[in-house]
Amino acid sequence: MPETNRFLDYAPAPESTAILNLRESYGLFIDGEFSDGHGESFPTISPATEAKIAQISTADASDVDRAVAAARRAYTRTWSKLSGADRGKYLFRIARLVQERARELAVAESLDNGKPIKESRDVDVPLVAAWFFYYAGWADKLDYAGLGPNPRSLGVAAQVIPWNFPLLMLAWKIAPALAAGNTVVIKPAETTPLTALIFAEILQQADLPAGVVNIITGAGDTGSLLVNHPDVNKVAFTGSTAVGRAIACSTAGSGKKLTLELGGKAANIVFDDAPMDQAIEGIVNGIFFNQGHVCCAGSRLLVQENVKDEVVDRLKARLSTLRLGDPLDKNTDIGAINSRAQLERIRELSDIGEQEGAERWTADCEIPKNGFWFAPTIFTNVSTSHRIAREEVFGPVLSVLSFRTPAEAISKANNTPYGLSAGIWSSNGSRVLGVADKLRAGVVWINTFNQFDPASPFGGYKESGYGREGGRHGLAAYLTSAALESSGRGSSSAALTTGVSK
Amino acid sequence: MTRLTVPKTYKLYIGGKFPRSESGRVYQVTTPKGVFLANAAQASRKDARDAVVAARAASTGWAGATGYNRGQVLYRIAELLEGRRAQFVEELRLSEGVSESAAQRQVDAAIDVWVWYAGWADKYVQVAGNGNPVSGPYFNISTPEATGVVAIIAPQDSSLLGLVSVIAPALVSGNTVVVVASERAPLAAISLSEVLATSDVPGGVINVLTGSPAEIAPWLASHADVNALDLSGAEVLAGDLTWVDLQIAGAETLKRVRAPESGVPVMSVERITFFTETKTVWHTKGII
Amino acid sequence: MTIEQAISLAPAERAIQLIGGDLTEKSLRLHLEGLPGVDAVGLEARAASLGTRSIKTTSKAWALDKIIELIDLTTLEGSDTPGKVQSLVAKAMIPDPSDLSAPRVAAVCVYGDMVPYAVKALGAAGGEAGIHVAAVATAFPSGRASLPVKIADTRDAVSFGADEIDMVIDRGAFLSGRYGLVFDQIVAVKEACRREDGSYAHLKVILETGELTTYDNVRRASWLAILAGGDFIKTSTGKVAPAATLPVTLLMLQVVNDWYRLTGGASGGQRIGVKPAGGIRTSKDAIKYLVAVAETVGEEWLQPHLFRFGASSLLNDVLLQRQKLTSGHYSGPDYVTVD
Repeated sequence: MPETNRFLDYAPAPESTAILNLRESYGLFIDGEFSDGHGESFPTISPATEAKIAQISTADASDVDRAVAAARRAYTRTWSKLSGADRGKYLFRIARLVQERARELAVAESLDNGKPIKESRDVDVPLVAAWFFYYAGWADKLDYAGLGPNPRSLGVAAQVIPWNFPLLMLAWKIAPALAAGNTVVIKPAETTPLTALIFAEILQQADLPAGVVNIITGAGDTGSLLVNHPDVNKVAFTGSTAVGRAIACSTAGSGKKLTLELGGKAANIVFDDAPMDQAIEGIVNGIFFNQGHVCCAGSRLLVQENVKDEVVDRLKARLSTLRLGDPLDKNTDIGAINSRAQLERIRELSDIGEQEGAERWTADCEIPKNGFWFAPTIFTNVSTSHRIAREEVFGPVLSVLSFRTPAEAISKANNTPYGLSAGIWSSNGSRVLGVADKLRAGVVWINTFNQFDPASPFGGYKESGYGREGGRHGLAAYLTSAALESSGRGSSSAALTTGVSK
Repeated sequence: MTRLTVPKTYKLYIGGKFPRSESGRVYQVTTPKGVFLANAAQASRKDARDAVVAARAASTGWAGATGYNRGQVLYRIAELLEGRRAQFVEELRLSEGVSESAAQRQVDAAIDVWVWYAGWADKYVQVAGNGNPVSGPYFNISTPEATGVVAIIAPQDSSLLGLVSVIAPALVSGNTVVVVASERAPLAAISLSEVLATSDVPGGVINVLTGSPAEIAPWLASHADVNALDLSGAEVLAGDLTWVDLQIAGAETLKRVRAPESGVPVMSVERITFFTETKTVWHTKGII
Repeated sequence: MTIEQAISLAPAERAIQLIGGDLTEKSLRLHLEGLPGVDAVGLEARAASLGTRSIKTTSKAWALDKIIELIDLTTLEGSDTPGKVQSLVAKAMIPDPSDLSAPRVAAVCVYGDMVPYAVKALGAAGGEAGIHVAAVATAFPSGRASLPVKIADTRDAVSFGADEIDMVIDRGAFLSGRYGLVFDQIVAVKEACRREDGSYAHLKVILETGELTTYDNVRRASWLAILAGGDFIKTSTGKVAPAATLPVTLLMLQVVNDWYRLTGGASGGQRIGVKPAGGIRTSKDAIKYLVAVAETVGEEWLQPHLFRFGASSLLNDVLLQRQKLTSGHYSGPDYVTVD
């Protein structure tokens, strides 16, 4: 036999970091300029090596005040007076600048987040540009957004985003907000602030009026100060259900329009007539894309019992070809876990899975010495009552459950407080649409998984949050209907008003 | 010699049946001037719980019915209401203390609200849904569908039109509802329930509770199996309770919450879509 | 380079083992139509993702030599002459006169009547352990001839010394659902591959995937060809567009992997060969195929008896890339030979 395991080891193909031009420390981006925060600064590190990348400012209450005030000023004086067409032109500029600096952004994202460069390069950053391009075109067409003529912007939007798709989530938040005519204060996650700060430079290059977008960094406290600031009109949050719940409580009665994109525990349902090779790829993409740090990840595999062993065997074989390692290597499939804290959570839930009696299988990969890593893992013999089948692991851990009939699949898929996404694999056209109809989830992928597009609304049912991002629906989250506004929503027309006088 | 009339017993409407409150409690309903009209059931938290169970049980069937079918069922309510117009005018005149003509206007408007919303059942999806032009070989469509079980605090000052204006839009998409009627003037709500019971609305789709919103609403707001709260009539609640407390209670399970408004809600598509969830379905598209 | 013995199963034996002795048109149809479907979008997306692998430095050097070792250097023109074939063989033996470390190709692929010239030109370099001679047969490329003609065509080539026969299936019969007819023809051609000493010339079954059109058809035809006794399944004649594509080849590799698993996997599973042919002209493209093989069926398939490229212009592009790796400078077409 000829040489074995030589080619598949692929020689290292690292993307060069020479394209980066990072500063040693970053301030807060407020009113068009960087300035130091008054909180205690902190380092952002590469989760693949634990090496420090840059020192990052923390915004304290006074900084949040400054940022919100800048956004308010920009809203009143500049942005709300600009025509939709001009707002759109700024967004088009931003889209183009993102495309021009795409490689740099991708490298920075992989460095700071730990995700494979092939994902940041081929998924995250292209979608960022697409998101700005899509919403740019909406800015002067708001009459067609579905809220009647002359819909109004809300004012200052406070946005808090997670660490799993740092720049993409920023685009999901900023693009529709600006297109609709709002100004923004946004806070990236504390473990992944880097690309947001490079994005601030892009805003400067685009000559976006000062204060229209303010980017402040810090941990949860900063986020809490921001969403609870009395002068914001809109709160948009993507992150954990626990934090989302706290925001829903703290903003109750404030009149702030709220959209939440929270956790999930998606079922990926594989019927026995599925296009099997594609289903295997879809399962892999569903849970191991971005190390499973995906709120819509297909973390519960529901397989029809008569093909379960077959699917699990194929899945194990396929997982054995995944390459874990340096996020900047172009051939890496599985990058680093974003933080030590997240790694510990994944470890804890996986250990619980074993203790509860599920069978654990882990792909045989070499784990680098430094950094945070977790090899792709499958749990079989999982019951719906196991914690790994109910709680969001947010890591490369798949729970395999089985079902016998479509009704059972639907019932198990819906048996969760979450309702963000689901997958269906079958060649039976009638069944896939029938099942899709019955699933209580905001996004249903049939014979595919983890697809995103700026034209396609994304968001959950139940405890996965409310509101949609993407498409016309995503725009509506940043607008209010002129008719409802002027009538002071709900004050009834005189002809219909009767009843007891007080 | 005048005939001695037979007064009606006003009960709750849960799961298509008319039970008394499990608590055995009633409260006096009077005219604004204090003349006794009837004893209404004073619903308890357990009645609220039973109503949610009934609403959940009816949910699959109602949401699974075609829009055309739901439209016909809602239109049928208007037909039946029209036939019992005189009874409702009389009840409103007495319980709200309004003139005959004002009562007539309210009943007519309520009938028209049913007709307007009935017509939306097989259309709102076309207005609120989208075919999405994604950049890839995928068929991609977004459609709204019912949120699930909606708990409603009905407007307190317009006991028929206000009530109809909040339950009809929630029903259009296939939600089932638990509604707390006007506390002071609950008679029209129970009479409407009698209409519903003889209409084509399946039992459990609409559940009507009478009693104190301040007492019942917190249980509905914190109930994990309620998906959305319509606090239209919760602007003023008895005691220290405010509608914000209800919204906070609802936040525990991330309920969709509609804030109070004064007066009678206007008819709007937005009222329908507020209690829907948009589902986006992707399907691969290939010819070979 | 090691050449394993061709799988020496009697014709149709696989089908009988899998489907049963009472093999009928109906049982064959039920079997083929019961295969899982293929989702075109998912298949193409997977192929595209394999195409994004970045093969550098030592891996690239290995890959380039490997590609050469896997090439069936091909000439299939009406204008072919003994002289042309001789020149092709010379190129096959010494692909790069300026660098004798370049490996030899796996085989030359010619029309049946050119086999004697190829065998002669190869001389001692040919034979089972050397550069093979592959002959297209069975009324290549259309396959529109009677079975006796196809069999005679095959026997001719085998008797002239062809080591391998590249037959075409009857696409018309396949598309009209006459799977039994296609099956029987493959079985008959396989039988015609038998030499006097009882050994068989390797049989490559060309599906002409560009005419089968759908991926479901490609999967069924691949399965059919394997059941009937093919040693290799081959995408195309090169005369129909599209010829080999990465998704089609990936799909055929998946079928081969299924067959391997079905027949025992690591403990004695049967390894069927795959040959994409036509349209692969650059090293960059060819490397994508190597990646697809390595990540679908495993690296052990990257041997001449299990994977081939049917190509003509590919070789020179690989040689140019090879020269670049050796010298560090980009080379040009005048520095590789035309055959």
